Amino acid sequence: MTQSRLVEIRQKVLTKNDVGARALRQRFEEAGVCVIGLVSSPGSGKTAFLEYILTKLGKEFRVAALVGDLATDNDAVRLARSGVPVKQIVTGTICHLDAAMVTEALREFDLAGLDFLFIENVGNLVCPSSYDLGENARAVLLSVTEGEDKPLKYPSIFNTADAAIITKTDLADAVEFDSVAAHRNIDSVGPGMPVFECSVKKELGLGEILRWMNLLRDTGGRRSIAIPGIADACAEQPA
Amino acid sequence: MHELSIALSIVEAAEEEVQRQGGGEVCTVHLRLGPLSGVVREALQFSWELACAGTPLERSELTIENVPVRIYCGTCAAEGDPVSAQCLYCARCGGTSCRVTAGAELEVVSLELVEFAESAT
Repeated sequence: MTQSRLVEIRQKVLTKNDVGARALRQRFEEAGVCVIGLVSSPGSGKTAFLEYILTKLGKEFRVAALVGDLATDNDAVRLARSGVPVKQIVTGTICHLDAAMVTEALREFDLAGLDFLFIENVGNLVCPSSYDLGENARAVLLSVTEGEDKPLKYPSIFNTADAAIITKTDLADAVEFDSVAAHRNIDSVGPGMPVFECSVKKELGLGEILRWMNLLRDTGGRRSIAIPGIADACAEQPA
Repeated sequence: MHELSIALSIVEAAEEEVQRQGGGEVCTVHLRLGPLSGVVREALQFSWELACAGTPLERSELTIENVPVRIYCGTCAAEGDPVSAQCLYCARCGGTSCRVTAGAELEVVSLELVEFAESAT
């Protein structure tokens, strides 16, 4: 005959990642580098957006990028055209980046010699939301071709982001994109989140995003992670 | 679908605890899961058996407690319920200056270890 004994653990499942992300955040702060994460579904235009941003910021600042991809280094090759250092993280079958992968990829980087570091996550709107990477801010991209209700279908990723960027606005009319509904849906899952609209192809709306990034760097912005259980900052309870 | 790697992380945490407890076999793992954790309950259950294979959790069961989303509303200056998990506005006043205080949990609460009766006689 057997009986069972209950053992209390009360441990967050992703504690190891949270510890790794906290160490990264400290390294970034000490090095004075502003780190911006980009998340989106596949095909939302992350790489084209980042290529533009790297080229622009690269003229004035020391900029680098890490790019996550399941199988190829195509994105890194594209981004390298911007002339800034780019490192590919091939995740294999893993659908998201985690703090350990970022730590490993940063071995070759001199963080103190950088002003900006961008981390392009694997194209996926589900899994990356659970993994903090120590960024100063995380931007979620949504292309007009994906539909206005994406934020409602993937509330976690929008809620854990600090800004939303609507891309490919040059196609908005062709796909009858309802901008008002998109803004309403983003605000519904991430109340108060800044929302930008841009078209890389037509070079529209990008100045405002660059200003947001510069402001983030100047203020040493820290992720206002809305969800408790993801980082230590969330341990604070409302007074 | 990252639930298998989540399941493996749970198994790893449980195995560490089993070692601290001096070994044994796990029959149940109790987990708390919020809808904003980004983890799908069914997919996690589906991955469980595979993640446990060849470990002291081999025949264990995963029980999952759903944690509802809660928000702190700046207008009400109080904690409350959101309209829904897709609309994180205050259900009480409709206020939009809200932040999530619960609902992203992904936490192992406890384990049940099998004990043999001889120690209980």
